[in-house]
Amino acid sequence: MTITLNHYLLLAGMLFCIGLYGALAKQNAISILMGIELMLNACVINLVAFNRFMAPNHLVGHAFGLFVIALAAAEVAVGLALVLTVYRDLLSVNIQDFDWLKW
Amino acid sequence: MIHFAVQNSWLIPLMPAIAFAIIVFFLRRTPQASAFFSISCISVSFLLSLGVVAGVLMDPAAVESSVTWFSMPGLTVEMGTLIDPISGMMVFVVSLIALLVQIYSVGYMENDPGYSIYFAYQSLFAMSMLGLVIANNFVQMFVFWELVGLCSYLLIGFWFYKISAREAAKKAFVTNRVGDYGFLLGILFLQIIFGTLNFTDLAQIIPTYANVGLLTVIALLVFTGPIGKSGQFPLHVWLPDAMEGPTPVSALIHAATMVVAGVYLIARAFFLFAAVPTALQVIAYVGGFTALFAATIAITQNDIKRILAYSTLSQLGYMVMALGVGGLTASMFHLMTHAFFKALLFLGAGSVIHALQGKQDIWEMGGLARKMPITTKTFIIGSLALAGIFPLAGFWSKDEILLAAQSNGFTGLYLIGSLVAFLTAFYMFRLVFVAFYGQAKPNNDPHESPAVMTTPLIILGLLSVVGGLVGMPWLSTNFGSYVYFGEAHHGYSLMIMVTSTVIALMGIYLAYLMYYKKTISASAIANRFKAIYTLLYNKYYIDEIYQWGINHIVDGAGRVAYWIDLHVVDGVVNGLAKGTRQSGTILRYLQTGQTQHYGMVLVAAVVVIILLLGLLDPSLGISAWGGGN
Repeated sequence: MTITLNHYLLLAGMLFCIGLYGALAKQNAISILMGIELMLNACVINLVAFNRFMAPNHLVGHAFGLFVIALAAAEVAVGLALVLTVYRDLLSVNIQDFDWLKW
Repeated sequence: MIHFAVQNSWLIPLMPAIAFAIIVFFLRRTPQASAFFSISCISVSFLLSLGVVAGVLMDPAAVESSVTWFSMPGLTVEMGTLIDPISGMMVFVVSLIALLVQIYSVGYMENDPGYSIYFAYQSLFAMSMLGLVIANNFVQMFVFWELVGLCSYLLIGFWFYKISAREAAKKAFVTNRVGDYGFLLGILFLQIIFGTLNFTDLAQIIPTYANVGLLTVIALLVFTGPIGKSGQFPLHVWLPDAMEGPTPVSALIHAATMVVAGVYLIARAFFLFAAVPTALQVIAYVGGFTALFAATIAITQNDIKRILAYSTLSQLGYMVMALGVGGLTASMFHLMTHAFFKALLFLGAGSVIHALQGKQDIWEMGGLARKMPITTKTFIIGSLALAGIFPLAGFWSKDEILLAAQSNGFTGLYLIGSLVAFLTAFYMFRLVFVAFYGQAKPNNDPHESPAVMTTPLIILGLLSVVGGLVGMPWLSTNFGSYVYFGEAHHGYSLMIMVTSTVIALMGIYLAYLMYYKKTISASAIANRFKAIYTLLYNKYYIDEIYQWGINHIVDGAGRVAYWIDLHVVDGVVNGLAKGTRQSGTILRYLQTGQTQHYGMVLVAAVVVIILLLGLLDPSLGISAWGGGN
């Protein structure tokens, strides 16, 4: 059996859905950040897969993938910093406690 | 000189206009100078109007001159003058009476704090009235028509510290507005249909116009103006109350000149009414009814000025009736003679009131004949003229009216006219016998008025005697040879002359028996016909009916409008605000503060958008995902 584009896309889709579930359903802020990382990685897989199968002579998708990885690292740095700061005030990392901006 | 006066008749209203402006801006603090200046200006107008009359007598052809006042596509309005026998006669009467009344006012208004402004108003009135009578088109006439209404308001309310004067001024103004509204509508109709408001042009177009139904509507609308201004039933209520003003004002405005503006309007626009017989009939019956209606009220009133006011209403009804039966000559003739003797009667009443320090009830007077000889004599001359006794002025003009009614087939109106002649003689001599020959009252100390007041009385008395002679039917060239519509006609009926004189003498004799000899008891008659007496004394309760209408219908409509404003208009505005607040109160709970909820909504929205895009654009094919390709 050969691995085709569809397999990659399916993998990326599954990974994205898992990440989405984590981001929306988990209560721990750190877990949510991890879910977001999963979704980003699904995107990177898509970019690389499309590059490989649709335009193998170019490196655009790879370059974009690298950018996304760098961006994800930055996002996590900021996100973790935020979570830590909030933790100092609330002594909690439960996302449901972060509701100061409600009505 | 005569040629100059006819060609420059616009100077006639200009003179009092100048007087008004000068007095208001420069002479407010110098009463004597105001009176002098005002009288000088109206004298010049009077001299010019004499020239106009002479010119008209030499050449009765109409002289018209005008300038464009303003103009826009489809509407050109002129300011101009139209001098023909009718307006020539009116200019003469108005400027003469205005001059005499202003001279009289010098004595009557002495020591009044508003002396200067009184003369300013008098000048303003003279300007407006003279501008009205020489107008050559409907718009100019309407403008001056409103101006005389304003002057009437200002002068009725001249003693504004009296509540009754304020109320009367307001009533006069509002009642007139009702009539003016119809008049304005009629003018607009004329402009829309015929495209011109010039009297001369309209006189040529209207007889050829075929749509008589529409013309009738227009004629009746125009007639509502005279109903208001000339106090015809049912808009007569303001005129008796207008007697709250100073008496010279009553003489000038509410007896001799302004109130005949309505009659003059009908005569001026007679080409319109002559084209629609239905409208003429309405006019005739309104006039006849008013004449009888007001005369019956006059016999029960006790206030000297109110008796004269109802008499004025009655005589105005006479003039309107004369126009309605087609007797333009008779109506204009009566207008002129009536102006002389009614101004005389009012000025005489003013002289009496002046002598009695403001008393107006005839039963508080009495015994004036010996103390005030000039006033008494002139007043009796005026009463005889009004009653229509040969050969005084009223005799000739009243006979003309009765003759016009009878010869044009209005027998009913002829009989009403004769009955009114009887009532007129009766109530005038009731007034004379009670006020001048009754028992003298001990606490009254009457004295004859100064010469400045009696001189106008004497002049008007002379005019009341000889003024009617110009209309003597035996003259080969008389009043009717100049003032007529269609064809001049000469004619008289000895039968009518004799019967009307006999009827008037009977009225005087009845008054003599009841109020001088006292052989017939007035109170016994009043008691026997108590219901009728009460009805007449209360003026047929017309004022009360109107008050009821105002209380229930107008105020009721006001309450409905208030309710609508409160609940519908305010309801919509407040409801919008309230709805916004309440929906905000409910919807704000959507902002839970839970980040994950927002995320869910975001994802759901993205899913929905993708689905919609797929549905709308099959090439992105949701079906492709579902299987198939």
